[in-house]
Amino acid sequence: MSEVIHADHHDEHDAHDHGPEKGLARWLFTTNHKDIGTLYLWFSFLMFMVGGVMALIIRTELFEPGLQFVDPEFFNQMTTNHGLIMVFGAIMPAFVGLANWLVPMQVGAPDMALPRMNNLSFWILPFAFGIMISTLFMEGGGPNFGWTFYAPLSTTYAPDSVTFFIFAVHMMGASSIMGSINIIATILNMRAPGMTLMKMPLFIWTWLITAYLLLAVMPVLAGAVTMMLFDIHFDTSFFNAAGGGDPVMFQHIFWFFGHPEVYIMILPAFGIVSHIIPAFARKPLFGYDSMVYAVASIAFLSFIVWAHHMFTVGMPLAGQLFFMYSTMLIAVPTGVKVFNWISTMWKGSMTFETPMLFAIAFVVLFTIGGFSGLMLAITPADYQYHDTYFVVAHFHYVLVPGALFSIIAAVYFWFPKWTGRMYDEGLGKIHFWLSFIGVNITFFPQHFSGLAGMPRRIPDYALQFADFNMLSSVGAFIFGFSQVFFIFVIIHGIRSGKPATARPWEGARGLEWTLPSPAPYHSFTHPPKVTDEEAHA
Amino acid sequence: MTQQPDSSPAGQRAGIKKTLRQTGLIVVGMGAFAWALIPLYDLFCEITGLNGKTGGPYVFEEASIVPDTSRLVKVNFITNTNQGMVWDFWPEKGAVRVHPGELKEVNFYVKNTTDKVMMGQAIPSLVPVSATQFFHKTECFCFNQQILQPGEKMEMPMRFIVGRELPKNVQSINLSYALFDVTDSMTQVAASGAASGGR
Repeated sequence: MSEVIHADHHDEHDAHDHGPEKGLARWLFTTNHKDIGTLYLWFSFLMFMVGGVMALIIRTELFEPGLQFVDPEFFNQMTTNHGLIMVFGAIMPAFVGLANWLVPMQVGAPDMALPRMNNLSFWILPFAFGIMISTLFMEGGGPNFGWTFYAPLSTTYAPDSVTFFIFAVHMMGASSIMGSINIIATILNMRAPGMTLMKMPLFIWTWLITAYLLLAVMPVLAGAVTMMLFDIHFDTSFFNAAGGGDPVMFQHIFWFFGHPEVYIMILPAFGIVSHIIPAFARKPLFGYDSMVYAVASIAFLSFIVWAHHMFTVGMPLAGQLFFMYSTMLIAVPTGVKVFNWISTMWKGSMTFETPMLFAIAFVVLFTIGGFSGLMLAITPADYQYHDTYFVVAHFHYVLVPGALFSIIAAVYFWFPKWTGRMYDEGLGKIHFWLSFIGVNITFFPQHFSGLAGMPRRIPDYALQFADFNMLSSVGAFIFGFSQVFFIFVIIHGIRSGKPATARPWEGARGLEWTLPSPAPYHSFTHPPKVTDEEAHA
Repeated sequence: MTQQPDSSPAGQRAGIKKTLRQTGLIVVGMGAFAWALIPLYDLFCEITGLNGKTGGPYVFEEASIVPDTSRLVKVNFITNTNQGMVWDFWPEKGAVRVHPGELKEVNFYVKNTTDKVMMGQAIPSLVPVSATQFFHKTECFCFNQQILQPGEKMEMPMRFIVGRELPKNVQSINLSYALFDVTDSMTQVAASGAASGGR
């Protein structure tokens, strides 16, 4: 493979260690893992803002009962695109960006294994999302069938622009697959001498497993949308009952992808939190081995629980029981992780800088999301909860104060290493508290409206849900604008933050902290020696 | 996967190539698996009878049929037209009582109420699921499509046998047909001369 850059070439570079190119060309043609990481992170933030605006349009419409601001057709496009953009455009690229920045630095490699493919996997994304967002301005509108795009809603009854959506999903999938191959190749082949598998930092472990999940399910997603394409344009009947196909089969295929997908969005978060909590508790991570095994178990279980998303389609009792129990089994390894984080903090010398605040909030609020997930796993109860705001509350609790908070925590935690400057701790804490309060005001009431029977994905609702929805909308605006404040904190830090030392957090362990801050453009051109002390957080 | 990668440049290069091959295989394999899910799904439904999908034409020997007169099973017929399908569609009677092992014929009727030539396809679904495997159709209009001229009415026979092995606890079976408008694919069927796919 021509993409493979060999370590022996780097020796020549050492003599005249060049920095980045100037201007736009640096970003277009870069093969540097740090540049590509930065691109991923800024792109995901942009998408986060776009998806956030859509969320606020939804919450504005739902502020009061009745139809006020947008028509239902546009509302459906907003819920669909909000979901798609947040999942594929914000959370996933943010984690890939973090992996690009951190994987080579944490395993002691000079760069990713396949740097040119790395460039390609990023630059596909703006085009994919450009195509998808452009459908909103087309005649007939953009995707309006929910982010799960169940057929035949997304085939027979879809707007004409669905073809663009299908190609956008293909491109996102290609990008994810290439990113995953790169991460796996780097981790398996480029670790510094002395870093055995069980000495790898947990962020590396979680991303290695996540990358395998992506490899396994992204081709299935590509298959599903290709079948849709065939049904729409080539008169096949994969999901069309009239031609011998089956719409329920779409749901099976989708969730065979979809359930591992939700763990793709949370496993790297587990890794991040497993770095931050030990650093600020000033204790090594409790139960490193069990953390690794727990992540591997969760990844395995994610493949055999998919039908718990579709209990109400009509399934034999044995199927319902199997998917109920296998789903509940996931609580065991997840519980192991939560107890390990708590045990790490136990009797630690804790301080509460911004990354730690976000990490602790992650543990608490993610656990709430996990518990509501357990409630949803109970098949007979699920008949009541299915497609209500209770589901909305559940997955937002695991994705917003779960995945998103971990990303924000990671940005604050590694910010000094990336930029060579400290963010303003006071501003960071304000950001945390606004986010924490905002997220709970937004999503906690949705549990109640859901239990009371409010269906999801509707632009109008019955009067008895008015108070909870108004509260939710107020919280959404607090949360939304506190993320605008986040960007201010970051830019303020980049421009006028105090210079950071190589190891700005006294409890932080890991190879990346042995590098100066900011990390040089080319790092670890000679592999470092891994000591037990620096092995893993 | 080794505990410790070979860190020499050549070793690293070889290792990365090996990883590329392995991960490439996973991607190709899972891509193929996604498509293999379609026949696997059909096979799974056929074997287990889940999803209420009844099978294709049942072949039997006249002599082998011996009705089990000790039991009577009620078979209910439900007819629906799918969204957008404007034909009238009804069964001769709402229910019949049959002995397991007995060959029974019931007529269904469709009428094209429009002034256009249209094609319809009926899709069966059966509950309880545990009876699906024992519900044999020797002749059914759902095995192919119907093309009706404007205002034309058609009588469509459906002959079936409820298998003698039907579980004892099943006393009534609901057979539902949804009629779909498949006029769009009419030219293809006419061209190929053979209707296929429907059950």
